[in-house]
This record gives sequence, C-alpha cells and structure tokens, in this order.
Amino acid sequence: MAGHVSHHSSSHAPASGPTEGLAVRCLLIGLALLFVGLFLLLPLASVFAEAFGRGLKPYLEALRDPRTLASLRLTVLLAAIVVPLNTVFGIAAAWAITRFRFPGKPLLVTLIDLPFAISPVVVGVMLLVLFGAQGYFGPWLREHDFRIVFALPGMVLATLFVTIPFVARELIPLMQSRGPDLEEAALTLGASGWQTFWYVTLPGVRWAVLYGVILANARAMGEFGAVYVVSKPVPGEIPLALWVDTLNSEHQGTAAFAVASLLTFVAIATLVVKAWLESRQHREMARGQSSHTE
Amino acid sequence: MSIELRSVSKRFGDVAAVDQVSFSVADRELVALLGPSGGGKTTVLRMIAGLENPTSGDLLIGGRRVNEVPVQQRNIGFVFQNYALFPTMTVFDNIAFGLKVRSWKSTDAAARVEELLGVFGLEGLARRFPHQLSGGQRQRVAIARALAPRPQLLLLDEPFAAVDAKIRQELREWLVRLHNELHVTTLFVTHDQEEAMEVASRIVIFSRGRLEQIGSPREVYEQPVNEFVARFIGVLNVLEGPVRNGEAQIGGLVFPSHGVPDGGTLRIGFRPYAVQLSRNLGEFRHTATLRHTYFLGILLRVEIELDSGLVIKARITKEDYARLGLADGLRISFQIREYRVLSSQAGPLAPEVSPPVQPDIAEGI
Repeated sequence: MAGHVSHHSSSHAPASGPTEGLAVRCLLIGLALLFVGLFLLLPLASVFAEAFGRGLKPYLEALRDPRTLASLRLTVLLAAIVVPLNTVFGIAAAWAITRFRFPGKPLLVTLIDLPFAISPVVVGVMLLVLFGAQGYFGPWLREHDFRIVFALPGMVLATLFVTIPFVARELIPLMQSRGPDLEEAALTLGASGWQTFWYVTLPGVRWAVLYGVILANARAMGEFGAVYVVSKPVPGEIPLALWVDTLNSEHQGTAAFAVASLLTFVAIATLVVKAWLESRQHREMARGQSSHTE
Repeated sequence: MSIELRSVSKRFGDVAAVDQVSFSVADRELVALLGPSGGGKTTVLRMIAGLENPTSGDLLIGGRRVNEVPVQQRNIGFVFQNYALFPTMTVFDNIAFGLKVRSWKSTDAAARVEELLGVFGLEGLARRFPHQLSGGQRQRVAIARALAPRPQLLLLDEPFAAVDAKIRQELREWLVRLHNELHVTTLFVTHDQEEAMEVASRIVIFSRGRLEQIGSPREVYEQPVNEFVARFIGVLNVLEGPVRNGEAQIGGLVFPSHGVPDGGTLRIGFRPYAVQLSRNLGEFRHTATLRHTYFLGILLRVEIELDSGLVIKARITKEDYARLGLADGLRISFQIREYRVLSSQAGPLAPEVSPPVQPDIAEGI
C-alpha cells in the first residue's frame, strides 16, 4: 500500500509547483548529476580503467600475487570474525533498548553512535594506548606472550569498533515501531523466551538485520584508518585496503588498481543487495501497517 | 477455571494503575472488565495472563496462587486488541504456533488446526498470510490461535474495538455462542458499556484503578453502588440545588430535603425511563418544551427543556411517541416517577457517593 501512496504523491508533487519553472528544475537536477558524476562515477570508472588498462592478463597476474591472496584471506577472515560478533551485539543491544527500562539507556543509545562520530585513526591510537608495548596493558601482555596491536587481535578490535553501530542502528527504530505485542502473544501461547526470539522476533526483523550485516561487512572490508594504526606494515599481513595503499606508494599502479577493483566490487555488490533489501523491507512494512489499520 | 484477585495492586512508579482490587470469577463465566480508558482494566487482564506482575496482593487461578507462575505456564489464551497475528506466518502456522512450542506431534497439531479452521469458518484460508485477511477474519484467527492449546482461560483485550460497527454486532453474538459451546472461563476488556451489558453475564466496573462494582448487567444498571457507576452504565440525569426551609428548588422542580440541613446541597439522579411525558398539559404538574428527539431504534431519547432552562433527558418507546403525537418544539407536561439521592454533602461533585439509596417514589414531584 505504501508503495502506491508514494507513487501517487511523487506524481503529484511536480504538478503542484509548476510556477517554479523549468530552468530551476533543470539547474538543480543538472547540478546533482554533475556532482555525482564528478565525485562518484568518474573515480569509480577510473579505478576500472587503470586496473584493466593494460589488458586482462596483468590484472589477473596482480590478483594472483601470493601477497594479494594473503591480504584477501585476511580481509575475509576479519569480516568473518567481526560481522557475526557485531550482529549478535546489535540484536542484543536493540532488544535491551527497545524492550527494557534501565538507568543509562539514553547514554547507551548515544554511545552506540560513537564510532560514527570519531575518526578511525583515533580508534587505532586508543588501542595503542591500551594494548601497545608502552600501553596500560602492555607489560601484562608481554609477560603472557600475547600480542594485540600489530597482530590480528588488534585489527579485529579496530574493525569491531568501527562497525558497532550498523546492525543496532537498523534494528532499534524497527523494533520500537513493532512494539511488544507479537512477542507477548508468543509468550501467552507457551513459547519460551528463546522460541519467541527465534520464531517471532528474528523473522520480523530479518531484512533489517541483513541490511545492517551487509553495511557492516562493507565497512569491515574497506576500513583503513583504524586498522592502519594497529597493523604491522608487512605485505601479506595487512588487509586489502592497506595493501592497495602499499602497492600505490610503491608505484605499482596496475596492481594497486586491480586490488582496488576487488574492493569496488564489494561496494557495488553491497549497493545492489542494499537496494533489494530496502524494497523488501518497504513491502513488508506496508503489509504490517495495512494489517494494523484495517 | 475460577479466578480470584485478593487486594491486587499494580504500581508503575508512583502511579497506581490498579489499586487494591479484589473480585472473583467462577468457572465457565463470561465476564466483562468495563471502565473508561486508564481505568486499570487492561492491566488487570494482563496480570491475570502473567504479562504484568502485581506489585502486591494475591492472584489465584483455579484456587492456586499464580503470582510467580510465568505466563507460559498459566495455560491462558490471550487475544490482543490488534490481534498480534504473526505477519511472517500463514493462518495455519499462526494457529499451530501454540501447539508447536508445546511440542505437540505434528499430526495431532495439524488435526487440531483443521478442527479450529472448521469451527471458525476459516476453511480455505489456511495458506493465507494475515495481511491478506479482512478484519473479522483476523479476529477469528486470533481467537482460534489462542484457543488451539486448549487454555483454561480465554482473555480478550478490547476484542471488538478494531472492527467496524456493522460486524461488531455479529461478533458479539458470535462470542456469546462460542462461549456457550466451549465452556471456557472468558474475560474481556471493554470501554463500551453497551457491549459489556449485551455480552457478559457479569460486569466488573473499574475507574481510576479501583473496582467500583461487580454484578450482573441488570444489577449494575438498576442498583449502581455510586454515582460513577450510575453515570457510566446508561444515562443518568443529575440535578443539584441548595436546600432552604426543608426543601430544594432545582430549576423549577421542588424536592424534599431528604435529611440535608438548610444551607446544604441536595443532589439527585434519575434514569431517562423514569421521566413520564404527556401531551395533556394538565396531566402532570410540570411543563416543558420538547427540544430534540434522538431516534436510536425501538427506543427514542428526547430532551425536554423546562422554562428555567434546565434540560432533562427522557426515554420513550417509538409506539408511545407516536401514540402521544409528540414532536420537537411541542409543549408537554411531565413527572419524574422515581429518583435517588446521590450525595448530600455540600460542595462540588463527590466521586465516591453516599451509600446507595433505595429508589424513592416521589409523588407530586
């Protein structure tokens, strides 16, 4: 239903302001297109132009480089660790925030957004201060022969930090709008808390969870600043985003852009899935609303 | 199963949503919890279900104290105001949900669902999703889902609020029939006194978290314990005036003081049906003008205005209205056959009214 409504309103909107003039409209649309073209599409196209500039063979060779493959493995590993952790955290946090009353709730909601507000480099530096050789926990870690910074755990922590908000941010408004009725209905029918979550809560928010997951994944694979600070600059031990930078600074243009194209594919896939999920979610929301209002 | 509340209270912070409420419901009764919104009736229903915990007091189901029994183990069926059907499940899966989580064998569960689909006239809709159903169908699915695990109590929160007026009437009759067939103790919450009167065998009336009265529809209508109940159940004319020289003059009507001392205020109330009208201006002592007629069906409500400007509501059957040749704007004479003294204290409206006073035949008033 909502789809229909929005179609109607969008077809009415231009008719309601005919006096604004064709010129103004063309100017605004032109500006928007120019901006998108200049700052989004042109760089995107240049990545592929550079990557494939000397043909397919050097491109594939650059990707087959063992250091690139190691980077790719590390990137996927990071995402595979971080995204599930933040998905669980996001669902738990959204549940707590929307279903319980507790002191400090507004603070928690604000803190979830902290990673959006803080520079990723600062996140890396914070980890250094905590876990670096001179950091608070440095001596203890050295005694127990456990490395966090300049090793995988540091990169995981940095990526974890910057991707915290994605799932929770998607879920909180949706779960607020759904209210507790469905879950209470499940409880009165004899369902345990876990059954209620599994059969009722999760299916209701599954598209929003997926949406958060793919955004978190894109960020986890593309994160540069935070990871840059806490990783050892050794080829094969850094994720793809850092490897692109290394190759570029070593003037290996084709290889750098070949690796960059991988990250670009991730971005494009993310956008496609995101658009698809959004349309699904809208349809489901519209259904939910029509079943309430009728 | 019987239900008993013993001075049950529920506080949300400083607010007492339910305040020291005690009442009991016998096995297989059909009872309405009635009151204005914010009266505490839904909170009482939710406490019986186990969706809220009482702050104090005892809650008994079938003679057993259930305060600490979690909602899943109370074996109740709860129908939510907006039905709360699971939007991601079909009608079949919605009804089967309570059986699945109780680990029924899938063949038994399927048989039970089929049986309920038949009882509720939902054959052919099993594969539909909730958003593909009409309001009335949704309500039936919600009740079927609540009844599937054979609960000992059926609790309904404003079951008719979300359907339009035309099918509301059918659904009321249907609920009564259903209750007669299933013999399951049923409580429903409503803010609509007409609905409560029509459906329930007993009515529990709440206001501001307190229980005002419990009784059969006839009892609460004919013997309201206080002014709130009298005004909430049906229509009540309330007149108020100062007592001087042993009588109270209110808008041209004269009432005996009923023990109210001079200088005090007499308040009286009477039902519209107690007002008798006549075209013959000499038949009754008082005269008035018929201002407006509301055609409600077999019974009509008329408003008459005294020369003093006082307006009184009266009720008259369609036949009598026609027989007397009444019409808006006519002069009529009238009398008040019976009334009751509401409160004898001076001052503004007293919410808690003096002990009930037997209707008093007031000749010559």
